[in-house]
This record gives sequence, structure tokens and C-alpha cells, in this order.
Amino acid sequence: MKKQQLAFHIALGATLAALLAACAQPTPAPQQPEPTQPPAAEPTQPPAAEPTQPPAAEPTQPPAAGKGKIKIATQSPLSGGQAALGVGIRNGAELGLADMGKMLTDLGFEVELAPFDDQAKPEVGAANAKNIASDPDILCVVGHLNSGVALASLPTYRDVSLAMVSPANTNPKITESGYPNAFRVVGRDDVQGAVGEEFARTEMGVKSVYIIHDKTDYGQGVAEFFRQQAEKNGLQVLGFEGTEEKSNFESILTPILAANPDLIYFGGIYDQAAPLFRQARDRGITAKFLGPDGLDSPELLKLAGDAVKGMYYTSVAAPVSQFPDAAKFAEDYKAKYNEDAPPFSAQAYDAMGICIRAIKDAAEKNGGNKPTREQVLQAIREGGEYKGITGTYKFNAKGDPEKAVYFVLQVSEEDGDPAVVWNKNAVVKKLEIPAP
Amino acid sequence: MAVAAIPTPIVRRTLRMTLASVFGPLGQVFLFVVGSAVVLSVVTVLIAVLLRGTRTDVDLVQATLVILPQVLIDGLVRGFLFATIALGYTMVYGVLEFINFAHGEIFMVGAFAGAAFGSVLASSGVLSALPVPLYVVVAVLVGMAVSGLLAVSIERVAYRPLRGAPRLVPLISAIGVSLLLQDAVRLIANLSGLGFNARFQTPNFGPPIRLAEIPVSPDRAIPLILDVRALTFIIAAILMLIGLNYLVNATKLGTAIRAVAQDRPTASLMGINVNQIIALTFLIGGALGGAAGVLFGIRVGTVNPYVGFLPGLKAFTAAVLGGIGNIPGAMVGGIVLGFLEAFVASYLSLMTAGAFSGASYADIVAFGILILILIFKPSGLLGEAVSQKV
Amino acid sequence: MSKSATLPQAIATQFNRGPLAYAALTLYVLVTSALLLANTRTSLLTDIIFVLFLFGLLLIYRARVVGGYKLALAAALLLGVLPYFGTQNAFYVELAIQAAIFVTLALGLNVVVGFAGLLDLGYVAFFAVGAYLWGVLSTPQIAQIAPGASPVSPSMFYLFLAVGLLVGTIFGILLGFPVLRLRGDYLAIVTLGLGEVIRVLAVNLDRPVNITNGSQGIKDIARPPLPEVLRAILPGLGDAQIYQIFIYLMALLVLGVTVLVVYRLKNSRIGRAWEAIREDDVAAVAMGIPIVRMKLLAFAVGASFAGAMGVLFAAKQQFINPPTFDLLRSIGILAMVILGGMGSIPGAMLGGALVTLLDLQLLPRIAMELSALKRQGIGIPDWFDPAQYQRALFGLLLILMMIFRPAGVLPDERRREELREGEAETSAEVEPAAQSRAASTS
Repeated sequence: MKKQQLAFHIALGATLAALLAACAQPTPAPQQPEPTQPPAAEPTQPPAAEPTQPPAAEPTQPPAAGKGKIKIATQSPLSGGQAALGVGIRNGAELGLADMGKMLTDLGFEVELAPFDDQAKPEVGAANAKNIASDPDILCVVGHLNSGVALASLPTYRDVSLAMVSPANTNPKITESGYPNAFRVVGRDDVQGAVGEEFARTEMGVKSVYIIHDKTDYGQGVAEFFRQQAEKNGLQVLGFEGTEEKSNFESILTPILAANPDLIYFGGIYDQAAPLFRQARDRGITAKFLGPDGLDSPELLKLAGDAVKGMYYTSVAAPVSQFPDAAKFAEDYKAKYNEDAPPFSAQAYDAMGICIRAIKDAAEKNGGNKPTREQVLQAIREGGEYKGITGTYKFNAKGDPEKAVYFVLQVSEEDGDPAVVWNKNAVVKKLEIPAP
Repeated sequence: MAVAAIPTPIVRRTLRMTLASVFGPLGQVFLFVVGSAVVLSVVTVLIAVLLRGTRTDVDLVQATLVILPQVLIDGLVRGFLFATIALGYTMVYGVLEFINFAHGEIFMVGAFAGAAFGSVLASSGVLSALPVPLYVVVAVLVGMAVSGLLAVSIERVAYRPLRGAPRLVPLISAIGVSLLLQDAVRLIANLSGLGFNARFQTPNFGPPIRLAEIPVSPDRAIPLILDVRALTFIIAAILMLIGLNYLVNATKLGTAIRAVAQDRPTASLMGINVNQIIALTFLIGGALGGAAGVLFGIRVGTVNPYVGFLPGLKAFTAAVLGGIGNIPGAMVGGIVLGFLEAFVASYLSLMTAGAFSGASYADIVAFGILILILIFKPSGLLGEAVSQKV
Repeated sequence: MSKSATLPQAIATQFNRGPLAYAALTLYVLVTSALLLANTRTSLLTDIIFVLFLFGLLLIYRARVVGGYKLALAAALLLGVLPYFGTQNAFYVELAIQAAIFVTLALGLNVVVGFAGLLDLGYVAFFAVGAYLWGVLSTPQIAQIAPGASPVSPSMFYLFLAVGLLVGTIFGILLGFPVLRLRGDYLAIVTLGLGEVIRVLAVNLDRPVNITNGSQGIKDIARPPLPEVLRAILPGLGDAQIYQIFIYLMALLVLGVTVLVVYRLKNSRIGRAWEAIREDDVAAVAMGIPIVRMKLLAFAVGASFAGAMGVLFAAKQQFINPPTFDLLRSIGILAMVILGGMGSIPGAMLGGALVTLLDLQLLPRIAMELSALKRQGIGIPDWFDPAQYQRALFGLLLILMMIFRPAGVLPDERRREELREGEAETSAEVEPAAQSRAASTS
């Protein structure tokens, strides 16, 4: 018993020591002169004295450090079942900051990524949002993965005029709810569902479809839109099933075997799609497969193998053949994080790029000084076209990309390393659709 | 002369007893398999006949009958999965009266061990050349070894210090182990390059066996197929059950296990090393879980660190359904539950015209059964009416 | 094993008693409050000060000073300093709100697990019921269930706090009735299953009748109208800020009522009956305690607090969807109770506050500081990110607590006796009570 007490105290002591050590680390730079009144701050304080200096002369001289720190936050699930995608978003943003942060360091700012774990839970996202809002150094947010979490956090961002650029939220509600600070570099479920349906009906020539989704707001959302379109256009819907099961799909596949659809549409993410498709082929189901951009990952090929070769999927991210920069991203990602870039990580890179460019624009407008959040938000809204690695983005009033490009892609039939083969996926169709 | 003749009948009788004690319970299991399959099929068809009028777009009865054989195969595979995991729960419970909450994670670790094994073989290039039966045997042994040792070490570290504490204490510790293992495996999988979602690489099992063609219309027939992997699962599971029955019912070690389960202090007075036997129980239960994990991985092709949780819970339900602490009971419970789930998952949507998604409500059915059993027949299907220590 | 106090103990005793205690306590509270108000930026430093500030509440509780003084100090901290600080920095008030919510849940679960000894792994289900109650009825979602029905007025919120309490109670009885005859560990698994059933239902009840809106969740949940008094007290603040303070006060109010009720229950005949059941239910029956009714009462009381807090949570969050109510949340609440000490009211409160802060503030902060170190080139491997391994941390916490300190950080007196009895049976060593009490203050 005595020994146990001792061990407990040692453990306690170690924890305390660790905490103390953390305290001893350099605490944040000296207080910024500007007072922090995050919410409801006056839109533009007249900058004192500086603007009279000609800012044009600045860039030539070496960057003077100490203009302050600028942070860009990410919010995505870093733990739990969706961590793979959430970590991908953080990593993509981190790479983006590493590649493009120079734009800001050149202006004399210190840049930093502030990653937050929203645990895929709305209340955690909301608390993090408050945390983000209360840190005046954070000028832009890249996030979230789950639209439920984004919807819970957006009011807080709005209250402090903080821009959120989403790399993954395809739910129409994100931009349809009237938040002036919500942007996204991805398409919308309603459009993507419709694009998929039209492609299935006209080009794949299928007559019947069996729809499966993953019971998340994303997967079910896109599947619902697919179904609505299908029912409207006379494509026969033989079934509409949702499942949270991740690996064992036998009981879902048996009714499909009997229904004998021409097409299986899966609304969801690759990790679920891969075993589903594989098991479908193992049981001799010959239906074609189709899915949304949640499937856009080499992991799909790695996990499902031959079953997905030649299948179609819709995406808003341009493939490597269209945007060669994406290939470099994929390589960099693999080199740095020792795994293939998951879906939405390239979008996170672009979202980060949009944030950085907006901060840079706003800073230049502000006489080279650290801009306010309002100014950054303004800069994103007025920013014009941004050419990223997944596409070219310009936002409409709602925050959707004006004229998002939707692609229909076909998985390459070649053998080899999935990460390499995935880049050879062919664009079957390219549609430019203005946001609804 | 007479003295020398004595051993012979004893040996012969022991052999017969051995066979009886090994295959007797299996006969019981077989009876339940057939019985529950028949009952459920009849009930389902009856419901289909009753609901025939509600659907105009499909012939409900035909649609039901057409997939019935397939559903039975699905249910059998699922049932054997639950049964093999449930054995681990039931053995530990029998000996310690303790729910090893982390058993689902032990199953998951077995699956990951198999995935790691497959990926090592694949990267060295021998995987595709390996004959399937050899691969299955070796992979299962790897999974059994890893999971069995893990179970023993968990018992040593997290449960043994708590023996004698109030009941809830070790249970809470087990919940902790379960959470810890999930994240530990996640970390290891990410570091090792296996990935969060690990591909379970296997040699080519070949195309599924076509058992029959069921004609539904002049131009179309639905194939009744048996996936080779499913067949592997069933055969391996049956072999393991026979082995376990032999071990528990016909060896000295098994006698010791049963003695400890019945009365720990007395068993220890009889010279049985109780700690050793408890560790052995964890080893066997863990090994069975690990084997189930590998077979599961072979069948589904992808594993992730959270894959064990729900099957673990269901297997516990199965153990309770069959009568916890009772080895044939765990098998029976597993198979009955497997059938039930397969029927609900495949038919609910069809019968309700898509209003209720069968795959989602299968979980609810499983837990509903757990509750009903615990209320009305807490001793389970095969359990003896032991007076409960309240 | 002697009873002579060690040096730290001696010092602690000195500061725990007499005029020195008053002075030290007041000084501590003043210093931390001043530091807090001087550091309104979110930073590591503020995080530490905030934790020290909250630690002051624990000190107030432990110190041997007059009850009235304790109350006054605590009220000054919770009703004065903290809300004022909240007008400067919204994040820490959000933390306080969530801490209040989860402390209430921990108290509720403590009634079930700690007082009555019934391990409930599906506790979050009652929280979900309360949240969905207000979520569905206060939004146009109601029209999906009953066409033509219009959402209830936001001012009905206060009434619905009571309705949430009632509905929580009813659900507690409904779910508890069939399962309470079960033995402890069976009960744990069954409640776990029931908790999952409620979540699965929340996900799936968008068809055939759309009740919960499934995985899409319910948004734009109504908040109660802002009392004009608050606007008058807090001039010059935006509505969003005032709302936050308002919700904070509401959460504090519900928490206060909960503490009061739980405290009274614990020291009543009912509380003693629960403890009797927990320690030996056969003996309890023999003493004439109606065991099933008492267990049911514990279940219902625990559930009722969760139901009421669910209503408040939905109003605070304005958006709810099923992932909030998953098993990990139930286990998180259980971890709070166990960390603090099963059966101990201050323990549950400490545990609730500690785990919430750990979850929302400390772990993310550590992760952020680590990544800052990484950027400076200090060799921390990429995979090492404590925020990603929260489950592991909870798991480790549960195991270590069970092995080394099953009675919790602030143990309940009787509960500790009970555990020691169990230990005494297995090991001969029984240590003096003073030893472990001193340990718990350190």
C-alpha cells in the first residue's frame, strides 16, 4: 500500500513537473500594444501617424522582425474516428503555411499555425472557437471537417468578424445560413449530388441505383441530393440505406444482390467505401460504383484494390493532370508525414493560401501593419481569383466559390503504388457550375 | 492377468467420454443453429406473407425467399464471429466473475497483428506465392500469439492488483484499458506505416463459390454464393471450438480451470495455482479473440483501431444470451445473435418499404435482446439456474 | 507509519487554520484575481492563472474558515471576478460554462454511481433527451412531427428547464425500471447499450417521421430572451457577450440548485439508504430498505439533472447533433466522477472541472506549446501530440486511479472506509487514516 502511495505521488510529481516545465517555456511575446477587445471592436481604428510614410519603400529593405505575430488557426478532429481526415486538414494547412508563409514573414511578421482539435463534436468546436476568438493574433481559420461543428462555431467567428475558410464542408447550410464570414474552397453537396446523378443517368447509362450513405451530415447529405435528383429524373432508386458500420457490410450487400441495381452510389468517405466496394465484388455484385469527393484518396485504391479500378467519382478538386502543383503537394505531404495525403488536405493547403494572401493584402493596405480581422475578412471577400493547387477560386456573396468546377473522374486501371496510380486518374467530364 | 486387463476398459471409456464431452456440446450448438435458422426463416416468411398487400412495386414474398439462403450464410458467419469473441468473455467471467471490457480491443489487436503480418509478407514478396491454407494457419497463429500474450499482460498489470476490490473497480480499470489500447494501436499503426485504416493483405482466395442460381425472372437469376473467406471463417471457427471443448472438458488443465471457476479458495487448497490458471484463462480467451480478429480481417479486408468495440459489445451480448460463464452457451448465443442481426439488417428495410434502415436498427435489436434476456432469463439460453449473487 | 507530521504537512496545517488561514486565503484569492484581470489575452500564462484562480475555489472549500466567509469569497469569485473577466475574454467564460455543465452532469452521475453504486455507462442519454427536447420544440423542427405546430416561445425556456428535469426523470425511470434488478456489472453493459440506442435513434429518427433531423442536427435553437436587467448592468456590451454572461449565470444557477439538492439528499435518509445499498445490498434489504425503489430513485435523480442541463446546453449551443452524445462522452463524465472520488460531492465537482479544463484548455495548450517547440527545432517527434490521444489519457487515468487511488482525489469518507475494508481482506497492511487524508490535501 505504501508503495502504491509512493508511486502515485511520483506520478503526480512528474505531471506537475511537466506542467512547470511547460510554464518555464518562453511565454508569448511581450504584450501587443493594441488593447484586446475582440468582440464588437470598432471596425477601423485610424492608424496613428504611420500611414504618412511611403510604404512602397519598405519591401526593398530586409524584413524588420517584430511587427508582431500572426496566427492562422485550424480546427478539425485530431482524435477519434475521423482523425485521419482531420489530421490531414491540419497537415495540409501546415504545409501551406510552410510554403507560403514567406509572403508574411517578408512583411516582417512572425507566422504561426494554431491547430485545434474539435473532436468532431459541436460543443468542443464552439469552445475552441471562443478560444480562437479571444486570441487577437489569430486572423483567419482553416476548418472544419464536419459541417455540424462548423455550424456550431460560425456564430462565434461571426461575432468577432473572423473569416473561416473551409476545406471540407460541402453542406449547403454553411454558406446558406447568412454568415458573412463563411467561405469554402469546395463544392456543395447539392450540386455534387446532382452532377453525379446526371453523369450516372446520361453517360453511364444506368437505369437503377442503390444508394448507401454513412449517416454523417456529409455522406447522407450528398446521398439525399443524389436521390432527389434521381427521383425527379426517373432514375429508379432501389434502396436508400445508411450505416455506421465501418468494415463488415455483408448484411447491406445481400439486399443489393437481390435488387440487382445497375449502380451503387455511396455517399461517404473512402475508409468505409473501400471495404464496401471490395466486399461487393467479392460477393459477385457487378453493379458500377459512383461516389462523391470523399472517395478522392489513394487510400481508396490501397484499401479496395481491383474492386475500384475503373470506377467513377465526382470531385471538386482538380486532378494532378490539371494542376501539376497538386503532384508536388502530394509528394511533399508523403515525405513529411509518411502517409498519402487524405482527401481535403490539398484543399486545406489552398484554404491556407487564401488566408495568407488575404492577410498579406490587408497588411499592405494597412500600411504594412498587422491588419485587423475585419480587414482580412474584407480582403478575402474582395480578393479576386486565387489560383491554388486544387483549382481557381473566387468567392460569391455567400462565400461559395463562384463557378466551382466539378469533375467526374475515373480511377486508373494501372497497377502499382496506389499513390502514384491515383494521380493518373482520368478526367472524364469537367463541368463549370455557378454556385446556386 | 486380471490386473493387467483393468487399464484397457478404462482407456476405452475415457476415449468415449472424451469424444462425448468434446462433441456433445457441439451437438447442442448444432441443434441451436438449425433451430434458430428454421424459426427465423419461418417467422420472416410469415411476416412477408402478411405484409404482401402493402407493397405494390415488389413481390415481398419472392424478394424475401430469394435472399433467404444468402441471409442464412451471412448470419452463420456473423454468428461464428460473435461466438469466438464471446468465448473470451465467458471464460474470463466463468473464472473471475468479471467482465473483461477490453476484450473487444484484444480482438482488434489480433486483427492488426494479422494485418501487420500480411503487410510484412507482401513487402517481402512471398504473400501471393503462399498457399491459402498455410497462410490462414500461420496468420491465425500470429494473431493468437499476440492477442493471447496481450491479454495475459493486461491481466497482470491492470486487473490482478485489483482482485478483491469492489466489483466496479476492475470493471472501470478494464474500460480504461479498452480506451488506452485503441489509441495505442492507432499510434503504432500510424508510426509503422500501416495506417489508421490498414489494408489486410491476403493471398488471392479466388472467386466465390457459386452454390446455386435462384431464378427470379425468365432472364435473371440471383446467384447464391459462398465466399471462400466466409467458408474459411466457419471452418476455422468450428475447429477452434472443438479444440477449446477438448481443452476444457477433457484435459487436466481444463479440470483445473473448471475447478477455479467453481470455487477459487477450494481449488487453491487442492494444489491448483490459481494465479496461473487465471492467466491461462486470459491467454486462451485472448488467443481466441486474436484468431477471430485475424479471420475477421481476412474476411473484411480493412481494419482500424476502433473496429473491435462494437463486435466486442455484441459478443458480450451473445455471451449473456447463451448464459455467461457457459462455453457452449457462448457459441449458441453468438450464433443466435448473428442470425437475428442478419435477418433484421437484411429484411427490416424491405419489410418497411425503406422507412427503417435495417443496418442501423440491427444494433438496437441486439441491445434490446440483451435487455430482454437479462430481465426474463438472466441465466441465458443454456445457463443453469445459478442463484445470483445480487 | 508514525503519526508525526512531516514538514509540508505541518506547514499545511498552519495555513489551514486560524487567522493565518484567513489572511493566506484572502491573499491568494486577491492575487489570482488581480493577475487574471491583468492578463486578458488568451495565452499560456493566462491559462495557468485561470487554473490557479479556479484552484482558489478548492482552497476556499478546504480552508478552515467560517462558512459565511467561504460563501462570500466564492460568490465574489464566481459572480464578480469571473463574469467581469468574461467581458474581456470570452473564451474563459465559455470554459466556465462548459465546466458548470459538466460538473452538473458529474454530480448527477455521482448520485447513481457514487451514492448508490450503480455503474451507468449510458448517462449521456438523459442529457441528449433534454437537449433534443428543447432543440425540437423550440425550432421549426416541430412542424415536421406535427404539421402546423409552431415552435414554443423562447421565453418558455425557464419552464422547459423544469420540463427537462421531469422528462429526464421519466426517462430515468423508464430505462431504469427494467434494468435495475441486474447485478452491477451487467447493469454497466446494459446502460452502455441503452446509451448507444438513444444515440442511434437520434441519428436514425429522421425517417419515417423526421423527429431529430438525423445526422444533420438541429440548428438555430432558441435562446431565452435576454433579461433587461443584464443589459442595464452591463452597458456597452454586445448582445453576444451579454448572452454569454447570461448563460454562464444560468448554468451556475442550475449547478447551484443541483449541489444543494445533492447535498441534502446525501445527508438524508435516502442518501443513507443508498449508501447502505452500495455497501451491502443484502444487509440493506434486511434492514427494510426498499432496494428497487431506492435504486430507481437514484437513477431518476441522476437523470433529472442531466435532462435539465440538456435543455440549457441546447439553448447555449444553438446547434445539436448526435456525435455530442456518444459513448466517449458518457465515459468522460464517468472519468470525472472517478477522478474526483465516487460518492464525494466536492470530488465530483473537482473532477468535472478538471476534466473539462483538461479537455478544452490544457491539452490543446500543451499541444500548441509542443508544436511551437517543434518549430524552434527542438526534437519532438511528429507523432507526439497529446491532444490526439485523449482516449488514451482517459484510459490511463481510469486505470491508474483504480490501481493507486480508487477513492479519488477528494475521497468521500465512507466510501474510503469501504474500499479500505476490501483491501484489508486481501492485504494485511492497513494504513492510518491520517496518512491518506494528508495525501489528499497535498
